[in-house]
Formats: sequence, structure tokens, C-alpha cells
Amino acid sequence: MTERPASALPITIRAMTKTYGRVHALDQVDLDIRSGEFLTLLGPSGSGKTTLLMVLAGFTRPDSGSLKFGDTEVIRMPPHRRDLGMVFQNYALFPHMTVAGNIAYPLRLRGIGRAEREARVVRALETVQLGGYGGRRIDQLSGGQRQRVALARAIVFEPRILLMDEPLSALDKKLRDRMQIELRHLHEQLGMTTVYVTHDQREALTMSDRIAVIDHGRLMQLGAPREIYDRPANRFVADFIGESAFLPVRRKGAEILCAGRPLATESPAPEGEKLLAILRPERLQLLDGSVPPEINAFPATVSELVYQGDSFLMAARLEDGTELTLRDVVRRDTFAELPGPGSAVTLGLHARDTVLIPDDGAGAAP
Amino acid sequence: MRWLNRPASETQVTHGQRLWLYILSGVIMVWLVAPTLIVVPMSFSDSQYLEFPPEIWSTRWYDHYFGSEEWMAATVTSLTAALLTMCLATPLGVLAAYGLHASQLRAGRLIFVALITPMMVPLILVAIGAFYVYVKLQILYTMLGLVMAHTVLALPLVLIVTAAGLKSFDMNQEMAARSLGASRARAFFTVTLPQIRFSVITAALLAFLTSFDEVVVAMFISGGDNATLTRNMFNALRDQIDPTIASISTIMIAITSGLMVLAQLFGKPREGG
Ligand SMILES: Nc1ncnc2c1ncn2[C@@H]1O[C@H](COP(=O)(O)OP(=O)(O)O)[C@@H](O)[C@H]1O
Ligand SMILES: [Mg+2]
Repeated sequence: MTERPASALPITIRAMTKTYGRVHALDQVDLDIRSGEFLTLLGPSGSGKTTLLMVLAGFTRPDSGSLKFGDTEVIRMPPHRRDLGMVFQNYALFPHMTVAGNIAYPLRLRGIGRAEREARVVRALETVQLGGYGGRRIDQLSGGQRQRVALARAIVFEPRILLMDEPLSALDKKLRDRMQIELRHLHEQLGMTTVYVTHDQREALTMSDRIAVIDHGRLMQLGAPREIYDRPANRFVADFIGESAFLPVRRKGAEILCAGRPLATESPAPEGEKLLAILRPERLQLLDGSVPPEINAFPATVSELVYQGDSFLMAARLEDGTELTLRDVVRRDTFAELPGPGSAVTLGLHARDTVLIPDDGAGAAP
Repeated sequence: MRWLNRPASETQVTHGQRLWLYILSGVIMVWLVAPTLIVVPMSFSDSQYLEFPPEIWSTRWYDHYFGSEEWMAATVTSLTAALLTMCLATPLGVLAAYGLHASQLRAGRLIFVALITPMMVPLILVAIGAFYVYVKLQILYTMLGLVMAHTVLALPLVLIVTAAGLKSFDMNQEMAARSLGASRARAFFTVTLPQIRFSVITAALLAFLTSFDEVVVAMFISGGDNATLTRNMFNALRDQIDPTIASISTIMIAITSGLMVLAQLFGKPREGG
């Protein structure tokens, strides 16, 4: 086991802007990354995640902005002085060196003596569960093993900051799931400030202490996974993370009205008159008969029922034409009893799960 | 002849159907190397004149070559020029190729073409141009002038060979090295260069040969104490046809093919790299 680094470092990003021609890869990003946290930059492809990571690493010079590691302004510091570990999407291992040679590379650069170097390489290999692989050539390794070597190389010199750019995207799903958990454990064990980039929301939700959702170079929301999922701040976040249907609602005095009926909510509604209610498939339930006061009821007509093995999907249309989807687990024998297409049903959403966001007028996202 | 009816490759084409191809290739090979190889027996003749095939065999023209102060001086000039050209053109060409590759400049292609023009312009023009410039600079007939001119000729080769090598190199590796604590130069020398070394070695050998074999430019700008071997051979050929040049040619063939063999041995990555 590698011991915890002396200290992790917080990262302070202020007004970071980078344009490529007319594209804003980064648009006035302010972000405080806490010391020792696992922060994920999440966003669709082309949203500026890699650009931000490259600015942190020093490979991309922003147009303007400030970047601090701890109390030190590093915006002009060259990459090799920043002392941070980095794992690249394609691993970027050195094929002309052995596994041990790769991992020893940063130690050699730091003038660490042979005996200690070898000991630390062995420890790093054990940390990533590749004990005994030191003598292998890179082309003798599988994708997952390369991933681990890249990781070992990035942590062996005990950097206080670790950057990873979609490190698992080249792996198959099973391995990816396992590596997510392993990376998480590794972070707990090493404790360095970790900035992780992915476009996979599930990966972000699984691994992160906090998630920064990015779109078009702008920070859309920053928060813990549950906060991001349960309390999305805007339509983009609600749409990008999880599945959502949006129901237009209006504020009238102290009440929120949905198709004339008041809507029960537990959290305060945002400013503005026109709002959207977020309806997530797994938060909706099928109601039969009486409706308790803390449940919002939506009469609808079933349009499709899809069997998916462990769960089922029910697509339904509200009176105003809004399409909703409900997902629930399939229990023994219950599937056959579900109402089929054409049936009238009442869908329920608990006040606790009724989240409102401003209707910023952005059209239905694809 | 059952061999003729066997398939020659994964397709169903038989060796018999390919016979014409084998014969054509054979003829072309002979055509290419015969003029070179005919010089070898001629160099071992005892005659005063070039003759083929020689009536009496002897090594007297080799003795004459090695015993002649003038020929030895020219040989030293040629080898020195070739070595210096190699030492100058290789780093310059590699740096240029690397710079163009790494910068992703939009004008990069233009600069590339500009750098390889010496290869496309007729050699005689380069020679005449160099001559006039060198007269003005007063470096005519100097080693410096010769090496500079040959470097210009060798640079395009180094550039092309190195650029081809860099194409298959993943620049992310250099970024990885820098993130791990290597300065840009250190990353180049410890990560990039070892992986393109085969291209660089090939390029260096080609640079050496470019200078060593070159005659046209050397005719114009080398002379006096700094006359090259090729220039003296050309003059010898004009003045008296003497088998010495056959023996020198044979030695040059040996050196050139030796270098080519080296290039083949070291100039090709084994597997995977
Ligand atoms: N070197 C570059 N030159 C021009 N445009 C770039 C460059 N790098 C990134 N971009 C643009 O900046 C935007 C953000 O890119 P990037 O940070 O790579 O996104 P992500 O990693 O989130 O997929 C994209 O629109 C991309 O086309
Ligand atoms: Mg990216």
C-alpha cells in the first residue's frame, strides 16, 4: 500500500475562459474543488471537459482566468512543475519501456535512488493489483491491465492532485463497472484531490463526491450525486442526468398549478411564473383508488407497455398530450395484471419527488 | 514441375500464371544492378585501361589508390564532408519535422514544401546558385561551404523520413511524460526520440550517403585541398581513363551497401514499435 500523500490540495478556478475561434470551450467557469475530494466533470461530448482538464494540467493556455492549487497561482506554471498525476484516455503508456520502467519514470525524473524506486514501483503495482507484472512489455497487457499501469504511473510519485480523462471509456462494460469501484476505493485509500472526466452519468453518480455538470463550456450545476439527481437546477441537468419528462406548471399566488389543480411540493419553488415539473420514470407510481394528499395525481392513458426482464416501462399520455414514462420492477406474476395500451390510469408522484425548475424556454431537448 | 501449378498466394493465382512477373522482375533487377556490378571485376584488372572482362587479374589499382596522396586527401575530404553533413542535417531535419508535427501550424504544409524544394529543383541549379553565393561569401572551395550545400540537399530526406516516423507516434505520450515531471526537452529525448530512433538512424545514413555520393554540386564548389572523391573521379574519367576509379567505385559501393545493410538492420523496428 502506498501511504497517503502529505496533503491533498484544493483547486480554485476563477473566470476561466477559453475560446477556439467562435466556440467557447470554457465560458467564465468558477469552480472550487475541495482538498481530497473526488470531483467529476460531467457533460456531453464537446462540452469542454477535456479543455478544463488540460488547463488544470497546463497543456492548454486559457484566454483568461485564474487557477490556484492551494494558495499558489499556477496559471503560468509549465506542466512538468505542477506535480500532478494524469491518466489519459488512451493511457499513453511508453511502449519502449517495461511496466516497471513506465512506473519508475516519474521517480527517475525526481532523482529518487534505485532501491527506493524499485520498492515504490512494487508497492504501486500492488496498489493497482498488478503485483509481479513489472517485467512485462506494454504490448503484452490487456486493456484493463494497461489502465492499471497508467494509474500506477500517475500515483507512484504521490501527487497531491490526480486528473483522469475518461479513463474507463475504452474498457468493456463489466470491467468498467469493476474499475469504477476500484478507482473509488483507491481514492479513499490515497486521498488525493481527484478530478475525473466522463460523459457517462452513471459513472459520475457511482464514483463522485461531487459532480460538476458542464455544457457549452459553462458550469450548469455543482453538487453531490444525490443533489444533482434529485434536485436538478435546470432543464439541461434534469435532461442529461437520468430520464425526465417535463410538465409545464404555473405559479399563482402561493400555489403552483398544474392544469388547474394545485401541485404539492416539499421544496421551495424557484423564481418566476412559468415553471417545469420534472417527472422521472422511477419516481412515478401507479395509483389505484384513493389519492393521499401528499401524492400528486396525473390522469393518463397508457400508450405502450414494455417488458424489460427485471423491470417494465409504461408509456402514458396526459390529457394535455405530455408523454410520460413510468418504470417499476417486475415482481412475480404482476406483469400480466398491468393495464395495457388504451387503459385509463392515474399516475402518482410524491410531493417529496416533485421538483420544479425554471422554464427557461429551451425547447424539448433531443 | 508441380510447383508451377501451386497457388502463389492466398488467391488462386498459380506460380505458372505468375511466371511472366518473375521473369520481368528478374530482368529489371539485373538492369538495375548490372552497371554497378560490372565495375567490380573491372577494378581487379592489370590493364592500363578500363576493360571488361579483365585479361589478367590484379589489385594494382587498389595499391595505386591507397598509395596516392591526392586520392587519399580527396577520400578524407569526402568522408569528412559526409560525416559533418550527417551531423548537421540530422538534428536540423529531425527538429524541423518534430516542430512541424507538434505545432499543427496551418502554414505547416507550406513550410514543409519549402524545406523539401532542394530535392525538387534541378541539382545543377542548386550548384550554380551555391557557386555564386559562395563567391560573394568567399567560402568557395572550403569545407564549410561544401558541408552547408550538402546539408541543404540532405535536409529534405531527413525531414521526410522523420516526419513519416512521427506519424505513427502518439503525441499523448509526450504529454504524459510532461505531466509526470519531464520538461519538454526531456520528454522528447526520453520518450519521443527512442521511439522514432529507427527513422532517425535511417535519416542519418541517408544524409551521409547524400553527401558522400554527390558530384554535381561538388564539381562547382569543392576544389583545391577540399576536392571531393567524386569530383576527382569525374576529372580522372575525363583526363585519363584509368582503372583506379573502378577500384574507388568498388570501395564506394562497398561502403554504400554496407550502410544500406546497416539501415535495414537498425532502420526497421522489430515488432510492435
Ligand atoms: N485544439 C482545438 N482546436 C479547436 N477547437 C477545439 C480544440 N479543442 C477543443 N475544441 C473545441 O472545444 C470544445 C470543447 O472540447 P473538449 O474540451 O474536447 O470537449 P469534451 O472533452 O467535453 O468532449 C469543442 O467544441 C471542441 O470542438
Ligand atoms: Mg474529451
